[in-house]
Amino acid sequence: MATKTGIVKKNQGNSKAAIKAWELRLYVAGQTPRSMAAFSNLKKLCEEHLNGEYRIEVIDLLETPELAKGDQIFAIPTLVRKLPEPIKKIIGDLSNEERVLIGLNLKPVV
Amino acid sequence: MGQAEGRPLSSGTQLEKSQTGIKGLDEVTRGGLPKGRPTLVCGGPGAGKTLLASEFLVRGALKFGEPGVFMSFEETSDDLTKNVASLGFKLDDLVAEKMIFLDYVLISRSEIEETGEYDLEGLFIRLEYAIASVGAKRVVLDSIETLFAGIPNPALVRAEIKRLFQWLRNKGMTTIITGEKGEETFTRHGLEEYVSDCVIFLDHRISDQVSTRRIRIVKYRGSAHDTNEFPFLINGNGITVMPITSLGLKHIVTNERISTGIPRLDAMLGEKGYYRASSVLISGSAGTGKTSFAAHFADAACRRGEKCLFFAFEESESQVIRNMRSIGIDLEQWVKNGLLIYHADRPTIYGLETHLSVMQEMINEFNPRAVIVDPVSNLNAVANNINVKMMLTRLLDQLKLNSITTVLTILTQGSQPSESTDVDISSLADTWIRLRDTESGGERTRGMYILKSRGMPHSNQVREFLLSDKGVDLMDVYVGPEGFLTGSARVFGEAQEKAKGVALEQDAQMKERILERKREEMKARIAEIRAEFKTQEAAIKESIRQEKLRQNKASENRDAMARIRKAD
Repeated sequence: MATKTGIVKKNQGNSKAAIKAWELRLYVAGQTPRSMAAFSNLKKLCEEHLNGEYRIEVIDLLETPELAKGDQIFAIPTLVRKLPEPIKKIIGDLSNEERVLIGLNLKPVV
Repeated sequence: MGQAEGRPLSSGTQLEKSQTGIKGLDEVTRGGLPKGRPTLVCGGPGAGKTLLASEFLVRGALKFGEPGVFMSFEETSDDLTKNVASLGFKLDDLVAEKMIFLDYVLISRSEIEETGEYDLEGLFIRLEYAIASVGAKRVVLDSIETLFAGIPNPALVRAEIKRLFQWLRNKGMTTIITGEKGEETFTRHGLEEYVSDCVIFLDHRISDQVSTRRIRIVKYRGSAHDTNEFPFLINGNGITVMPITSLGLKHIVTNERISTGIPRLDAMLGEKGYYRASSVLISGSAGTGKTSFAAHFADAACRRGEKCLFFAFEESESQVIRNMRSIGIDLEQWVKNGLLIYHADRPTIYGLETHLSVMQEMINEFNPRAVIVDPVSNLNAVANNINVKMMLTRLLDQLKLNSITTVLTILTQGSQPSESTDVDISSLADTWIRLRDTESGGERTRGMYILKSRGMPHSNQVREFLLSDKGVDLMDVYVGPEGFLTGSARVFGEAQEKAKGVALEQDAQMKERILERKREEMKARIAEIRAEFKTQEAAIKESIRQEKLRQNKASENRDAMARIRKAD
């Protein structure tokens, strides 16, 4: 985990192909175990459900606190689905996979 | 909990306070809110929490140079700016000057999905960023309870709020947290448990269709504070809290005396008139001339070159000017040269507190030496007696403190006992003049007397007065055998007296003449006696002379005879 100084942007290269791709933003505050967990949970989930058609942007608010206002962040970690619209917000470390899928509209609410 | 709370409360360590700059609130809290600590402001919807919090920041920025952060959970920055603009605050200017930082936190439960562990560090980061951007000393969280509605995990919210307050304390932020009033608690979610330093409660109630706002300091750890409920109001200049006790009875009195505008009334008041900075009550039933007495005083004040403020609840400016001109008082000249301001309002247009604040503001702005309220009893239309009395107490306290002489007129009902007033404020009056109508002999006449006048000798007579074209004209007192006479009875009485006087004079003259005659008689008699005496004296003297003559003759005869007889 610690090796994933993964405050990184993924799949930046295929932006043209990714018109219909998912655009996800993960807000964290430093590299806490919880944000690490969130990132790895997210990564795993995207691999499984989005077939590589996604882009994850990780924003560390300790470095860029001014960005918190734009997406109305109050909980950490928060995942924001920018695309496809509408914007969705999922808070928590994304450990509850089922709820994440519901939150991302990848699974209908039962 | 906090290091600040452990501070000893000995007299040596005074609790540091941060002035709010809100009118009256700093007096009620004896200096402001606890510096560097959170204060909870709670109340029902529309109680004025957000406005109070905004004014705290705006005054902080403008008056004390302390930048502030407003974190709103309810209103967007635009809405907030618009709302406080109605109080005359230009938030966007202050934001542009980097004195205030606005942050609107939107928490919408519908777009939130909980998927595991989290905390509210995002809020801390935003707050920290906001504080750092303007170098804030003051923070407002309005209203943080929205978190309970937006976030499905109350236990977590509680823990995070507690952590947030502690964090603000550590940062030394003087903070206002607002909270909605709960059923039986000060706030719906018991925020008062976390804010133990200072709790302020706002209340907005309607009684008799008039809204009144009240503020109360529920708790202020480590500080003396007033525990009463105080009225406050919100107007174009923000919030004004009206403490009743702040002035108290501490005003310094003066011995200066000023004319009432009616020379003979001055004479009744120990020859000099009212005390400056005293309160004068003029009461009477309808049409007894209260306004005329008040207008005389206003006129006299303006003649001395002093500014006068005339609050009227009954007549419009032009009406009073016309009416007073008819009794020879020209108020218009004073209005024109700016010495007199006439302010007329229907009592029912505002609540009592608003009236008071309008009056206080005008007084502060115009800075008069004399104030007239005509008539205060009309305020009963908007509030009950106790409230009117309280309001007038506050008004008079303020006026006395500023050394302003006040004339209040009061309309009494005809049937009332003469020495109580509708508004029970007689105890507030230093001088009380009662005007009354008396009906006798088929006519009504106006009378006046001084019921009391503190600290000066004053006439105890009931005087009749006329409203002539030279104003209030106090008549000479005519006390006949049947008591105080007025109107034509007085005139008749006076005529009778005069007639009696003439008769007496005639009588005296007559006696004079008799005496003179007697004296003449006496003189005549003396002359007569003297003449008689003279006659008798002459006769007696003649007879004495003849007797002597005869004796001489006899003696001569004897000598001759002796010679003849050659005797011896």
